[in-house]
Amino acid sequence: MFEYAPAPESRDIVDIRPSYGLFVNGEWVDSLGDERAKTINPASEEVLAEFAMADDADVDRAVAAARKAYESVWGRLPGRERAKYLFRIARIIQERARELAVLESLDNGKPIRESRDVDLPLVAAHFFYYAGWADKLAYAGFGRRTADGAGFADPRPLGVAAQVIPWNFPLLMLAWKVAPALACGNTVVLKPAETTPLTALAFAEICRQADLPPGVVNIVTGAGATGAALVAHPDVNKVAFTGSTEVGRQIARTVAGTGKKLTLELGGKAANIVFDDAPLDQAVEGIVNGIFFNQGHVCCAGSRLLVQESIEEELLAALKRRLGTLRLGDPLDKNTDIGAINSAAQLDKIKELSEAGEQEGAERWSPPCPLPDKGFWFPPTLFTGVAQSHRIAREEIFGPVLSVLTFRTPAEAVEKANNTPYGLSAGVWTEKGSRILWMAERLRAGVVWSNTFNRFDPTSPFGGYKESGYGREGGVHGLEAYLDV
Amino acid sequence: MSTLTTSPAEIASSNASLRAFLHGLPGVDRVGADQRAAMLGTRSIKTTAKAQAIDLAISMVDLTTLEGADTPGKVRALCAKAVRPDPGDPSVPKVAAVCVYPDLVERAVDALAGSGVKVASVATAFPSGRSFLDVKVADTRQAVQAGADEIDMVIDRGAFLAGDYRKVYDEIVAIRQACARDAASGGEDAHLKVILETGELATYDNVRRASWLAMLAGADFIKTSTGKVSPAATLPVTMVMLEAVRDFRDRTGRVVGVKPAGGIRTTKDAIKHLVLVNETAGDDWLTPSLFRLGASSLLNDLLMQRQKMTTGRYAGPDYFTLD
Repeated sequence: MFEYAPAPESRDIVDIRPSYGLFVNGEWVDSLGDERAKTINPASEEVLAEFAMADDADVDRAVAAARKAYESVWGRLPGRERAKYLFRIARIIQERARELAVLESLDNGKPIRESRDVDLPLVAAHFFYYAGWADKLAYAGFGRRTADGAGFADPRPLGVAAQVIPWNFPLLMLAWKVAPALACGNTVVLKPAETTPLTALAFAEICRQADLPPGVVNIVTGAGATGAALVAHPDVNKVAFTGSTEVGRQIARTVAGTGKKLTLELGGKAANIVFDDAPLDQAVEGIVNGIFFNQGHVCCAGSRLLVQESIEEELLAALKRRLGTLRLGDPLDKNTDIGAINSAAQLDKIKELSEAGEQEGAERWSPPCPLPDKGFWFPPTLFTGVAQSHRIAREEIFGPVLSVLTFRTPAEAVEKANNTPYGLSAGVWTEKGSRILWMAERLRAGVVWSNTFNRFDPTSPFGGYKESGYGREGGVHGLEAYLDV
Repeated sequence: MSTLTTSPAEIASSNASLRAFLHGLPGVDRVGADQRAAMLGTRSIKTTAKAQAIDLAISMVDLTTLEGADTPGKVRALCAKAVRPDPGDPSVPKVAAVCVYPDLVERAVDALAGSGVKVASVATAFPSGRSFLDVKVADTRQAVQAGADEIDMVIDRGAFLAGDYRKVYDEIVAIRQACARDAASGGEDAHLKVILETGELATYDNVRRASWLAMLAGADFIKTSTGKVSPAATLPVTMVMLEAVRDFRDRTGRVVGVKPAGGIRTTKDAIKHLVLVNETAGDDWLTPSLFRLGASSLLNDLLMQRQKMTTGRYAGPDYFTLD
């Protein structure tokens, strides 16, 4: 037996302060209120740092700083000047990538392999990509004709953007929000999730390191109340939210009728559809990557496996064998495939839905997988014999739990895939090119991956249909949300 | 995977049925296969695991010299190295085999007598394989008679690419028969390694089909390359072949070995291959009887890393013998 010895990434590279304030107008300030909270390492339950729970007055102060920076500096700066700052930020992120990856894994629980090889490269790529757009906005397709009709003028920014991000990809979601906002000339007040504030606070330092003018990026930490105050603030022009459908609905209600521009990126229950002519070994990898990447804490996770009935047995045997090789444990170990569940609350939700799956008659299976004593853990799990009517086939579990369903024909695959209130992503596995196109035309999902899954790129728009939200982030489409067009 | 319901001979009863079978195997998506192999390449093998992997890798080396300029002296030196890779450290395991051209087999057999290190010989008009079947059979027979324990044959890539799978199959079967040692001599049949020369097959679909074709025809090992064509052994190609032997065992019960050869020069490369074996075919294959590394310069890098692990220092290249 070839056992891999522990290969932990050193955490000495990160410097976590015992306590953090808020980042407003380019400075660290104490909260005006006195409520504070702690963020913990979900793999050990060790307290990492204390941070402020910003109240209404803090939010007001941050929005005022963003407004002032927009009116006096950022909104007037030529695109090529804004680009310089964004390129600088992108380069600093690359230089500090290892530190940021370790910090992300500590605070979030995701394996270092993912934060190092997926999150951080994408974060830098997003800043590089939108830095490139900053001086070319006139040519992005949203430009106004100049008075003489000879060319295009830059479209106008919106003003102050209120951005609320989730805990599953803390720094990456920050990049998705902040990079296009700044490239288009807006200023930002960002609220990270209360279980994962540390990389956003590290990003505040990066803004200072890059000499970003004060007030262009403001970061207020806190929980739901802080977010609610931020999106409801009357001086905010744009609201961007990534998170649960339930909170998304509340935000849509708050924002309705105010004239604020809104984009929502919400839940999902994606179908990963495997046809009998699929490249089988790669489909198995795609299924694993679709649902066990980031412990399944992925809004576009392929949480429903739709497999053609004729190959169900063969595929499940291969899938189970593969799940037996997954390595669960210390997120900082470079060989870990599955890290910790982000919080006790999320673990409870995953357990509750998995128990519901068993009660409704689906068959539960996990490979032999010892779980660490401390921290929040859930083994990779799959359910077979799942029907469309089961809760585990309809509700977003947001954990490492896969529901397996079967289909007989392409039409039935489409019908089952679309039969969900969500519509964020889908996967199609077949070696037949014409079938890929046929399926993609019919699947109501913002992203359709073919013979791959959970692949992201800053040039590609991302967003949902139906209860998965509206608006697109990424690509040229992502600019529209931050421009007055 | 479901058990094979037809025998290899029935599958190979005509070129059409052989083709139907091979083209009925699931395809390999290149992007996905490359990604998976690259991900496994990021595994971090340290301390005790690294020490274990280095010794395992040394014991899996087929120490190879396949030059026109090979001489009895060169082969003698290589055999000495194979038996005692590090003259200063008897705890270093010996390598699995020495691999030479057929006319030098006898020299290698003499030099390795009683050592437990096997003698492997390339055969069948290596490396191109472009000759007549009876020449290839005679080439093999003579190598076996000279005492080769293992025969590394090449497949007819031309026939494979022309779609004449039956010809490739028949040739492997014929060479397999030529590997037989008569009962009177009391020796075991020579083991047959079938070189696919994956660099010339080009696609992963072809690699998978050629792997199955060789296994159906009776190969004991499937081997990536001659070392004379670039690219030789790459991680994704070895992975596709490991998937093939894994699935072949599931469907037939017979266990076939894998030998990547060519281009594996560093300890890091060798360890990546071991990780690939461990997480693709499984640790049943982590033994010299089922996994080999065809290499020449790799051995000294393994020795250098091994010494570094025990002494904490790197010795210069002059502290390792060049043979």
